[in-house]
Amino acid sequence: MFEATELNLQNQRRERLFRTLFLAMTLLLILPVVVILAMLVYKGGPMISMDFLLTEPTNGMTAGGILPAFVGTIWLVVVALIASVPIGIAAALYLSEYAPDNWLTRAINLAVINLAGVPSIVHALFGVGAFVIFFRFGTSILAASLTLAVMALPVVIVSTREALQAVPQAFREACWSMGATRWQTIRKVVLPNSLSGILTGVILEVSRTAGETAPIMFTGAAFFLPFLPETVWDQTMALSLHLFVISTQVPEVPEALPYGVALVLISLVLSMNAVSIAFRVYLRGKKKW
Amino acid sequence: MAESTALPAEPTTALAIETRKLNLWYGTFQALFDVDLEIKQGIITSLIGPSGCGKSTFLRSVNRINERLGYVRTTGSIEVLGFDVYAENVEPVQVRKQVGMVFQRPNPLPLSIRDNVLFGYRTHQERGKRLSRSAADEIVESSLRQVLLWDQVKDRLDRPAVGLALEEQQKLCIARLLPVKPSVLLMDEPCSALDPKGTEAVEELIWELRGQYTILIVTHNMAQASRASDECIFMLLGKVIEHSQTAEMFVTPKCQETADYIEGRYG
Ligand SMILES: Nc1ncnc2c1ncn2[C@@H]1O[C@H](COP(=O)(O)OP(=O)(O)O)[C@@H](O)[C@H]1O
Ligand SMILES: [Mg+2]
Repeated sequence: MFEATELNLQNQRRERLFRTLFLAMTLLLILPVVVILAMLVYKGGPMISMDFLLTEPTNGMTAGGILPAFVGTIWLVVVALIASVPIGIAAALYLSEYAPDNWLTRAINLAVINLAGVPSIVHALFGVGAFVIFFRFGTSILAASLTLAVMALPVVIVSTREALQAVPQAFREACWSMGATRWQTIRKVVLPNSLSGILTGVILEVSRTAGETAPIMFTGAAFFLPFLPETVWDQTMALSLHLFVISTQVPEVPEALPYGVALVLISLVLSMNAVSIAFRVYLRGKKKW
Repeated sequence: MAESTALPAEPTTALAIETRKLNLWYGTFQALFDVDLEIKQGIITSLIGPSGCGKSTFLRSVNRINERLGYVRTTGSIEVLGFDVYAENVEPVQVRKQVGMVFQRPNPLPLSIRDNVLFGYRTHQERGKRLSRSAADEIVESSLRQVLLWDQVKDRLDRPAVGLALEEQQKLCIARLLPVKPSVLLMDEPCSALDPKGTEAVEELIWELRGQYTILIVTHNMAQASRASDECIFMLLGKVIEHSQTAEMFVTPKCQETADYIEGRYG
């Protein structure tokens, strides 16, 4: 009496079909990533050495290492983080915890989401106009990082707001009903419980800013500058721009060199992500509900 | 600022809550109509009525938590212990200190049991003052003893409160109100998320607290209202239909609607 009917069999075949289809799509998606990584490691791997990381480019950037670009990228990312994370979190806190639910707030939210889609070359032009020229920062790490920060802000705001809104409303009500102000509620309950989600936004930002080329090209990154930056007012080389330059602008670059640079860039991003993810996992382990 | 005191602790009337012509709108939707109520101090008053009749709304306007929604408008007056809580110079934080609230779903904060009990106290503590360990321990113990929870949790005060059974969570939610010495406790269907045993335990606790606090309890459970309250208020569609002694209301209701509801004709 429990045997499969014709209908059951049909459903099973359909089930197998869709499962296989979705699996195939997933593999198709992962494949390019795996291929890229494998290629980078295969072709760029031999380039990697202490020397490569710790010396300056030589011979018109066709030889030598990448130290100034490596250090420059770290400068750019760190300054951009310092500028954008506090502002982004503050804005997200306002939008999620303080702003009344009205059309203006909704309009701002929509605008923020759309800002995340502005092409980076547009940010680059904005950066030149605002930071390089108007604020007279000149082409400098500061101008480039602020441009990156402006570009990354919407991502930080949106992801932070989502993290904040994942904290159950019941907690807020509990706090308020005991007389806690919004700020007390945020500090004692909302922020501690959304930290891991907020970190995700920061992770995304790091990956994005480290790899961007256009926004820094006109605002602070130099083609070739074999010194390490000392203050935020200096120009600097950057890995992403360096990769672009040696792949397209400089003749007779050995084939392995760009792969080596790309490998370093990707490893830098991935290791920054790894640290954040580890922290996130640690925080989630401490979560109490 | 948080320090301005609008509500003295000394009661000046025998009424804990008194409302006059209280009307409330959510946007354009009117949820309360001319609510006139006098809720006496020190007794348990239950608030019954079908779902959506405005019971929670009423409770949430007494401690002014409804204002958090930008689109709520209120007219009329609500006096707590003889003082209008909607008066110009009133600080809502002080109102919420006098008027504690217990929610339908137990909502302990994602903190340890101990920190939950101390949360409200710390919230109202003066800036810069630190609570000594022994004073804190004392507060925690006495609050948890008052809600009959001390013996179950005394060995795991530093464990997360959300690990407790629902019934214990709800008791904890009551316990955390006590350190700031409120006079009124508003309870919005405090047992509806609990199983029958938990319900019984929490009811027993509420009865235990009778006399020390004025308790206004919303309930869906007729049996609960009839056995665990002194007075009873019946609401329907945002209006107060009847307010009388519980014993009286359940035996000889004055209004037809009340009778119908009590007999279960509204579901
Ligand atoms: N936040 C809100 N916004 C708009 N309408 C609400 C809100 N809360 C409650 N209401 C409406 O007000 C009426 C009373 O609700 P409520 O006080 O929650 O009833 P009860 O607690 O008696 O079930 C209902 O019609 C409900 O839909
Ligand atoms: Mg309700």
